[in-house]
Amino acid sequence: MSYSNKVKDLYVNQLKDIKSAGIYKEERFIHSSQAADIEVEFPRGSDLKNVINMCANNYLGLSSHPEVLKAAHEGLDTRGYGMSSVRFICGTQDIHRELENKVTEFLGTEDTILFPSCMDANAGVFEALLTSEDIMISDRLVHASIIDGMRLCSAEHDTFKHSNMEHLEQKLQLHADKRIKMVITDGVFSMDGDLAKLDEMVKLCQKYDALLFVDDSHSSGFIGKTGRGTHEHCGVMGKIDIITTTFGKALGGASGGCVSGRKEIVEMCRQKARPYLFSNTISPVVVAGVLKVFEILSQSTERRDKLENNTNFWRKGLSDAGFVLKEGNSPIVPVMLFNAKLSQDFSKDLFNLGIYAIGFFFPVVPNGQARIRTQISAGHEMHHLEKALDAFIKVGKKYGILGLTKQEIIDKYGL
Amino acid sequence: MEDIKDLVLNYVINEYQEDEDDEITYDTPLISSGFVDSFSMVSLKVFLEKKFNISIPDEEATPEAFDSVNKIVDLVNGYLEKK
Repeated sequence: MSYSNKVKDLYVNQLKDIKSAGIYKEERFIHSSQAADIEVEFPRGSDLKNVINMCANNYLGLSSHPEVLKAAHEGLDTRGYGMSSVRFICGTQDIHRELENKVTEFLGTEDTILFPSCMDANAGVFEALLTSEDIMISDRLVHASIIDGMRLCSAEHDTFKHSNMEHLEQKLQLHADKRIKMVITDGVFSMDGDLAKLDEMVKLCQKYDALLFVDDSHSSGFIGKTGRGTHEHCGVMGKIDIITTTFGKALGGASGGCVSGRKEIVEMCRQKARPYLFSNTISPVVVAGVLKVFEILSQSTERRDKLENNTNFWRKGLSDAGFVLKEGNSPIVPVMLFNAKLSQDFSKDLFNLGIYAIGFFFPVVPNGQARIRTQISAGHEMHHLEKALDAFIKVGKKYGILGLTKQEIIDKYGL
Repeated sequence: MEDIKDLVLNYVINEYQEDEDDEITYDTPLISSGFVDSFSMVSLKVFLEKKFNISIPDEEATPEAFDSVNKIVDLVNGYLEKK
């Protein structure tokens, strides 16, 4: 036994520090399927509470869609539960190839490779493509999985101010002598809900001979007129060199991700990306479910259109009520409270009123930018949104923040 | 001395200030307050090394040593004195 008291005490003290800093994370146990209406046990051991879910990545409401469930059942019956293998040994079924082709067609790219998750795709893609002769230039607000992936890569890295094209251009000039320059961004930024300026980024990358990488996890399936993603919205389909995305949000919400883009880049990932080479293939059940999701999305834009209408209603309702919102046009609508404690108190009060929405604060978001991040779904009906809006207004009134500016909220509650 | 301070301060403002409402002074905590994340700190290190023709070992380029303009200037001065 090597778990000495010394080691144990070290962890006990670190956990105490996390708790005293107010950043200890507690799970809420959901006793139902993922949906707009869920049953939640929180805190642990308490009675179940019916609440409206305003914080899921279930943007298209497909996580528990009957057709997706049926397809998953069929996948289970015909292709089994698991493959007990990585892809290149004996973990590739016909449906894995079918899904890769479907994603390629949907995103308008040249080829696609599946990964166990988008976190894995981001962990593997940079190391597979770049060496110490190269440079990665990333937006300062990219997702943590991209930062981890960049850390695993020997290429140099630099950052540019969030969505600041002038600053990006300066960095492209600064690193002009590098062999490969890769500009890296999220399509929709997960904490702020704003969209990358992909049209401008494509132009800059063409001007400075750089590759463009976009993580479209919070966009695939619903951003753009037919839901192809941020590149469709910005009119640059076919011009993004590398897109990573997830099937764990709008596209069924189970798990799995991919790298999609230039043929040779995808081929390099198939040869060199470590999470692809050393981690299990996606379960056939999940592959069958995601294939059905793409079939549903290819038939009609009804769900993304409903999501857009729901988002417009929600954003307008909050704005008219006098909340400070982060500007944007995605279903991620952050209600800005700035003060960390206020964000936690606000979230608790919402929960008591039957609304499930989480408060985020530093270090998940920059210091002094605490917020309630709300996420809208096509699974929300108008009565869900109306009830949630009533609750937000009630709690907003309690704390006296309706109609206040950012500075007035900060003056009242501090940072 | 003041020149170095202002040079570093101006670089930090140009490079890292996202919101013009945020005031950055010589003593503003940069990393512990979230103005500069540890990943973006690399460009600051490269700037200092190029500008002052010094080499800062990774083990000394800590978030603590880079946490304010004043601390950065102390670090830089330490290397300039050794030259």
